[in-house]
Amino acid sequence: MHIRLESLIHTYGDVHAVQNVSLDIPSNAIFGIIGRSGSGKSVLIRLISLLEKPDDGAVYYDDERVDDLPDDELILRRRRIGIVFQNINLFNSRTAAKNIAYPLEICGMPKDRIKARVAELLELVGLADRGNAQISTLSGGQKQRIAIARALANNPDILFCDEATSALDPQTSRSIFELICDIQKKMNLTVVLVTHKMAVVRDVCSYVAVIDSGKVVECGSVVGIFAHPKADITKDFIADLPARPDPKDTGRTENV
Amino acid sequence: MSDIQMIVSLVGAATVQTIVMVFFSMVFSLILGLPLGILLCVTDPAVGIMPKPVLNQILTRIVNVLRSFPFIILMILLFPLSRIIVGTSIGTGAAIVPLSIAAVPFVARVIETALKEVNPEVVQAARAMGSTNMQIIIKVLLPESMPSLVAGITLTVINLIGYSAMAGAIGGGGLGDLAIRYGYQRFRTDIMIVAVIVILVMVEAIQIIGTKISTDFMNHR
Repeated sequence: MHIRLESLIHTYGDVHAVQNVSLDIPSNAIFGIIGRSGSGKSVLIRLISLLEKPDDGAVYYDDERVDDLPDDELILRRRRIGIVFQNINLFNSRTAAKNIAYPLEICGMPKDRIKARVAELLELVGLADRGNAQISTLSGGQKQRIAIARALANNPDILFCDEATSALDPQTSRSIFELICDIQKKMNLTVVLVTHKMAVVRDVCSYVAVIDSGKVVECGSVVGIFAHPKADITKDFIADLPARPDPKDTGRTENV
Repeated sequence: MSDIQMIVSLVGAATVQTIVMVFFSMVFSLILGLPLGILLCVTDPAVGIMPKPVLNQILTRIVNVLRSFPFIILMILLFPLSRIIVGTSIGTGAAIVPLSIAAVPFVARVIETALKEVNPEVVQAARAMGSTNMQIIIKVLLPESMPSLVAGITLTVINLIGYSAMAGAIGGGGLGDLAIRYGYQRFRTDIMIVAVIVILVMVEAIQIIGTKISTDFMNHR
């Protein structure tokens, strides 16, 4: 699904969090949005993922305008997008399997079909044997895998990742991104990934938008931007990059 | 009848009355207080899932006024209501009316506080997945706050035991009534001591059971 943003504006009191952002997010690819803390990238993803309404401007999914949907249609639309959060946000009162079942339950899917779909998703994220586990007994990486499975439960067209691995260690983080890349290909998803790490953009994304003070300062293919960065902030991000990980060390190191 | 037999039968009957008063007032105050507590939480202008500042203010005022009423005065004010609902303003049945109404605002606050402890980001995740407000309340807020809810209800039951002793003063019966009538007015210190011990044991037992249920919920997460 292709996403188009048209001169989005959003303010909190006196803070111009998002200032006139227009973007084209291509279908079936991983699109990165990078910016420092306070650059407005998190607000931007809240607007694109329909968690908040912009003060002005429009959001289109394919050619359907979605930012001004009435409440009941908004709820139905939200059921067809997946979001993975930095803080994971699983339900502690539910087991891993029941967490994945939640988005299916709220759509009224029959119990036996939920069970089959949950088993499929647990398999997909490599945790087939942990369905009955309490959330508190899972590692950080396992929790994020369950959260990804939950986000994918309804076969969404779009997956939003808001700093999905910022709370995880580098190895676990890498295994989560491998999973996201894998799933993107399998499900032909449009993935929008917010991060403050250029390494994530380099390793995972095909396209990137660089955000600073609520504005898009640079946008294009990752290869092009790495070859010819124009904005100072992009140059800073690239200069601060850690060395590429040792190729011998790229395997999944997390024990899942 | 020997003295001990008399004490046992008096205390036994009073214990049953206390249990009846506390049980039914808890049930009724929960029936009224649970929706009120949920409403207080979800309409909160800052953190609620459907902010309604005016409604929230009105409810908050009502709850505060009811909570600040001294129970003994509330009870007397509610005599006419008891007469309408139960047919009399004296006795265990009649005492349930003021007890329930006194506990409603307390229960509402306890439930509001428990629901507000649920991580707002988890609620936001539920909303992002396309939950309706009702689904958020039933499938997220209530289950996620279960340990605090149980702890709060335990506290309410214990308070109700205390209040029910006071209700005895207006002829509500129960252990408090027994302690006053025999222990204070007839100088039967032994009966008073037994009545107080039974109340102590009751409070302790409820606290232990409540804590157990609450920690069981905690351990299942």
